[in-house]
Amino acid sequence: MPKDQEAGIAFTLNGETVTAQKGETIWQVADRLGVEIPHLCYSPEPGYRADGNCRACMVEIEGERVLAASCIRTPSEGMVVDTASERAASARRMVFELLIADQPGREEAHDADSKLWRWADRIGIADSRFDPKAAPAADPSHPAMAVNLDACINCTLCVRACREVQVNDVIGMAHRGTHAKIVFDFDDPMGDSTCVACGECVQACPTGALMPAAMMKEDAPGAVTPDRTVDSLCPYCGVGCQLTYHIKEDRLVKVEGRDGPANHGRLCVKGRFGFDYVHHPHRITRPLIRKEGVGKDDLANLDPANPLELFREASWEEALDAAAAGLARIRDTHGGKALAGFGSAKGSNEEAYLFQKLVRAGFGTNNVDHCTRLCHASSVAALMETINSGAVTAPFFECANSDVIIVIGANPTVNHPVAATFFKNAAKAGKTLIVMDPRGQALSRHATHMLQFKSGTDVALLNAIMNTIVAEGLHDPDYIDRHTEGFEALKAHIEAFTPEEMAPICGIDAETIRTVARKYATAPASIVFWGMGISQHIHGTDNARCLIALALMTGQVGRPGTGLHPLRGQNNVQGASDVGLIPMFYPDYRSVAGEDIREVFETAWKTSLDPNRGLTVVEIMNAIHAGEIHGMYIMGENPAMSDPDVGHAREALAMLDHLVVQELFLTETAYFADVVLPASAFPEKGGSYTNTNRQVQIGRAALPLPGEARQDLWIVQEIARRLGLDWSYDGPADVFAEMQALMPSLNGISWERLDREDSVTYPVASFDVPGDDVIFGDGFPTASGRGKFVPASVSPPDEVPDADFPMILTTGRVLEHWHTGAMTRRAGVLDAIEPEAIAHLAPADLDRLGLAPGARIRVETRRGAIELIGRMDRDVPSGVVFIPFCFTEAAANLLTNDALDPFGKIPEFKFCAARVEAAPTNEPAAA
Amino acid sequence: MTEGARVVRAYGHPGSARTRARPRTKGRQVDPRAAERVCALLGDRPRRRDLLIEHLHSIQDSQGCLAPDDMAALADEMKLSLTEIYEVATFYAHFDVLGDDDPRPPPVTVRVCDSLTCEMMGADALIEGLEKSVGEGVRIVRAPCIGACDRAPAAEVGHNQMSDATPERIGSAIADGRTGPEIPAYTGFDDYVAGGGYALLKECRDGARPVESVIEALDNSSLRGLGGAGFPTGRKWTFVRAEQGPRYLAVNADEGEPGTFKDRYFLETDPHRFLEGMLIADWAVEAEETYIYLRDEYPVAREILIREIDRLEREGIARPGSIVLRRGAGAYICGEESAMLESIEGKRGLPRHKPPFPAQVGLFGKPTLINNVETLYWVPDILANGPDWFAGKGRNGRKGLRTFSVSGRVKEPGVKIAEAGITARELIDEYCGGMADGHSFKGYLPGGASGGILPASMADIPLDFGTLEEHGCLIGSAAVIVLSDRDSAADAALNLMRFFEDESCGQCTPCRAGCEKSVGLMGRPKWDEALLRELSRAMIDASICGLGQAAPNGLLSALKHFPQDIPDG
Repeated sequence: MPKDQEAGIAFTLNGETVTAQKGETIWQVADRLGVEIPHLCYSPEPGYRADGNCRACMVEIEGERVLAASCIRTPSEGMVVDTASERAASARRMVFELLIADQPGREEAHDADSKLWRWADRIGIADSRFDPKAAPAADPSHPAMAVNLDACINCTLCVRACREVQVNDVIGMAHRGTHAKIVFDFDDPMGDSTCVACGECVQACPTGALMPAAMMKEDAPGAVTPDRTVDSLCPYCGVGCQLTYHIKEDRLVKVEGRDGPANHGRLCVKGRFGFDYVHHPHRITRPLIRKEGVGKDDLANLDPANPLELFREASWEEALDAAAAGLARIRDTHGGKALAGFGSAKGSNEEAYLFQKLVRAGFGTNNVDHCTRLCHASSVAALMETINSGAVTAPFFECANSDVIIVIGANPTVNHPVAATFFKNAAKAGKTLIVMDPRGQALSRHATHMLQFKSGTDVALLNAIMNTIVAEGLHDPDYIDRHTEGFEALKAHIEAFTPEEMAPICGIDAETIRTVARKYATAPASIVFWGMGISQHIHGTDNARCLIALALMTGQVGRPGTGLHPLRGQNNVQGASDVGLIPMFYPDYRSVAGEDIREVFETAWKTSLDPNRGLTVVEIMNAIHAGEIHGMYIMGENPAMSDPDVGHAREALAMLDHLVVQELFLTETAYFADVVLPASAFPEKGGSYTNTNRQVQIGRAALPLPGEARQDLWIVQEIARRLGLDWSYDGPADVFAEMQALMPSLNGISWERLDREDSVTYPVASFDVPGDDVIFGDGFPTASGRGKFVPASVSPPDEVPDADFPMILTTGRVLEHWHTGAMTRRAGVLDAIEPEAIAHLAPADLDRLGLAPGARIRVETRRGAIELIGRMDRDVPSGVVFIPFCFTEAAANLLTNDALDPFGKIPEFKFCAARVEAAPTNEPAAA
Repeated sequence: MTEGARVVRAYGHPGSARTRARPRTKGRQVDPRAAERVCALLGDRPRRRDLLIEHLHSIQDSQGCLAPDDMAALADEMKLSLTEIYEVATFYAHFDVLGDDDPRPPPVTVRVCDSLTCEMMGADALIEGLEKSVGEGVRIVRAPCIGACDRAPAAEVGHNQMSDATPERIGSAIADGRTGPEIPAYTGFDDYVAGGGYALLKECRDGARPVESVIEALDNSSLRGLGGAGFPTGRKWTFVRAEQGPRYLAVNADEGEPGTFKDRYFLETDPHRFLEGMLIADWAVEAEETYIYLRDEYPVAREILIREIDRLEREGIARPGSIVLRRGAGAYICGEESAMLESIEGKRGLPRHKPPFPAQVGLFGKPTLINNVETLYWVPDILANGPDWFAGKGRNGRKGLRTFSVSGRVKEPGVKIAEAGITARELIDEYCGGMADGHSFKGYLPGGASGGILPASMADIPLDFGTLEEHGCLIGSAAVIVLSDRDSAADAALNLMRFFEDESCGQCTPCRAGCEKSVGLMGRPKWDEALLRELSRAMIDASICGLGQAAPNGLLSALKHFPQDIPDG
């Protein structure tokens, strides 16, 4: 018996002496020992507080006047508990009879297999002697969830789901007594409420009162019953939520969260409800070859529903031959440097690894990159430069151990919704949450300090914070001495950046700057999270350098609750970078310019490799314009939507002699393709994925491939063979084994281990111990073992507003749509919630322009103009327009500036000058 | 258009175009005018969560209702979510929460008490009369006990409480605009001090009376919690003192048990005797702050307390801000001590699970001493006169004094300070001038709505804590409601069950559904006695708090002692 159990609490349960661990409830002890006690309002899932309200779990405790709810009561030494007494059992039966009185009949049950009915069956309650009360009407207002409160038993699991677990704070229990009822906001229809559709309530509901709308039968009461389930991962952001696919007749019908280390059962609207894109009729299911003579000059001709207007169907043999032959021809004519490849951060590690290997070994160039270039390239550049590690130093859930949490340049409730729930949990637990961002956000309400600084003034603000820390002696000389270098230079550099000097620049008053500086520096444990508000600037690397310096000077790194965490945007952007899907590094960030390193890979890959650093995403587009690159292979990437100044990028794609696109849909990029290869969607394949926390996790195939679509690994391999590479990988495990042999970071992680444990954090010392969540407790993997301070100066954005373009355009995502929208706009629920192109504007700006909320507006920059709907948003500061880049009909990136950060080569998506006016054709949106 | 710029032609998008984009961000928006209004109303008061109910009162008082725009603005101002505002606002009966299309309530609200005594004394007729007589601009609302049972039927015109209410008297109050509290004469600060008041407190604070001696005196006096639970007061103080600080004192002035009006009597006649007792308790447990949670039905007491607390601050007897007066909002359940703590914290009044007890984990999670008004009221006299003075009172083997709120069919109802252990018959004969003319004694409720009903044949039981339990009854707050031959115990039981149905917080199934289903069963022409008993058992055994556990007492008493009154088809 473990020691803590020996020291536990001995009590009597149904006549047996048993031991409870400290904090363990009677129900938990009983459950552990196989003693069944009904429960409805109690959920053993992580994060759910026992509330003890339904009284379905009552037990009798000797000497007590009344029965006790076993879910919430902890035993005391010597307590005598009887779960089976007639008194307890009859109270429990009465509770069920009372609840069932007001339920729809079993035949009309929304979920006849609900926990309520299953328990009622178990204890033999089929109907009720009581008269039912009037049933509330159904609320069909939400596209994702069916609300049928006639089945509600007021157990408040949905309230706890919404308020305590996800902290979205929409669901409440209003009124009282028999009139008590579940409400959304002010008893608004769910679809009109502030609900963000995370669906946690649906997963928690024990009665079917809240159900996924897609589960409900159309022609009969009740829900469909899945025939099988598969444990896998969410395909969207970098949080890396584990989930379970529920499948009926080879179609996904439902997704539920699993207790993964990054999500503990939680999901967001995309992960839970955004799965049906895989079944969308736009899926390409046969290889396509561009018809002779079809031009590439007008994207308006793209109709994803009718690819055969531009392409003809081909056999795999023909398509692969055509794809490979085009690439080989260019390679053999112009050399490898005339080719480039874009892989994807959405694919698996194995796919990313094989793709970069194909480009390097097959094309003979390092011109391989992916959209990490567009998100955190500057963060990685700064991290590599200062601490020689491109990954986070601590997982996001480490915030539970922090005293001060800074979230800067990130909007996690939109972009990393499940990570945000942990930040909100921490804030609710009393941690100091400091949010810094030019835009307000849902997290602001939970923040102790909300610093809405002026766009693009990050360095001014951060240097002023560091100035305060040094001026007030709040830095950590001992840490600086032991683990860093270059502090004196930094100290001298930031001397000029006093809060008073910086306040007018960044728009935050000096006292607030000081307060925040003191809180961060003096807290026992402080942690910093950042997003693309930091990285997507021409001074993005400088921004990240400041954050790193801040952590280094205060020693707020390497200990529990401390660290540096750039929130990674895509499900496998960490892994894709780790395995070398970037032009300057082989797997594990080993420089392509290093001769020793190159030899290692030349030996392993049995070929000679290009010693020159390859081109990055935007550089590749420029090289096409310059006539240096003639052919490309693009796997799962959509640069025709995601690149800055995308008109320029589209022109480049149209100029290519040969373009091979491997995709699910006929995307904007596929429009320019010569050959389109139908690929596998996330739930159709197995592979490993590395999330923002450095957790390598396993995704499992849940569905058969549609039509003639093929596994991406197979396609890459077939192209490789046609380019002369002798590859015969037998699936992802095989590829992983090769990666593992070449990547020290994967020591201790085998495919078998991944399959067994579902998630392993790297670095990990061996195959039988858990990985390290918090790293760099004792210095950094740099040559000197020290972290380096790199001073940063204030530099203005590349293009500042002027009389012609007086506003600031900033871009990003909305909660429902992910990246360029290729998947999410084809997901029914997500499309229904966010169906059209929108721009967010401050109420004052709409007023100034004389526009009603929802009016069509025209936004113009020096690079282009789009028309879309102007949405009123109080979180947007006056003078700023925010446009999500996922809407093809009004692509924000037609407007953005492709000026690059000199180090990370990341474009300035977060800032350019724009003009906003009423659209010439003004048709208002729906009220 | 800038030269060379490209406009993409709209070629559609991959979405289905089944819906249109929202013109605003999700959910309700904050109306700038409402934001301005709410901000001005709140002034420079803190926006802390625990002040939510106070802030809701400010809006309700000034606007006559809680309109959605104002609530949304308040949420924004307090950094709370919409639902956090709404669920609290709708929990309390005194907030008129409007939907988007609801009309504003009329300017004058008349609340007519329909709890047991008032119902017996003609509340229904009063309501009927009012509905005929009042004109536009007035609404009639049924309300639970407002603590004026001795002069029933009672009603409240705005915040003006009227006893012996008639449609005519109410009509003239409305016509004259008398809708605020009318403050009666009471013993003020100067008179109280002239009689030696606050000398004890000074002795305590000066060290002349050690805490131990004060607690010992309470122990020896046999003073028990007179809110209804009867927990020995000295022991409670000792428990709280033993806990690690910071500690709080919370005074339960949410006297809501139907038939009870004693705390109101003390607050409206001799507030400083209570306040001194309270400050002694505050001193004894070294409370950081003392909260008085006063029911909203007592606007007179509220006005008096505001004045007198201010006076204590000005006299230097109370540190400014150390006594916090909080206003209930029409919820009986907030008289339950842990529900009261929740309400003080600005939340819905849901009773907490015990353990832990408030002495360990109380207000804001800190150890908290909770005492009832009357309990504290006796403290100065016990210390001044010695514990034996109090313990020496009592009859039939019981110790101490009890303040009975007597109402119903007696000649002289009212507050009766009598010996603990007095019997109902003695109380009626010696203190109440006997039964009202034309009424013969049929039975009585010894402890308000929760304490069950006993027949006249059992009117010789000493009334005290612990004496009635064996008969399925409780003395509770010592609210004695006397029934006569003209009253039906079954009707009384139904009135009580309806009260509990209305006042249940709704948290647990046995109480929420049990009260509602009981009312349904009791409305049938023939009562299903077996099912009612089975349901009652579950309510008693499985409800979270005393409300649900005691709710069936009246019903079970009627079944047991008044079988002739039970409808049988």
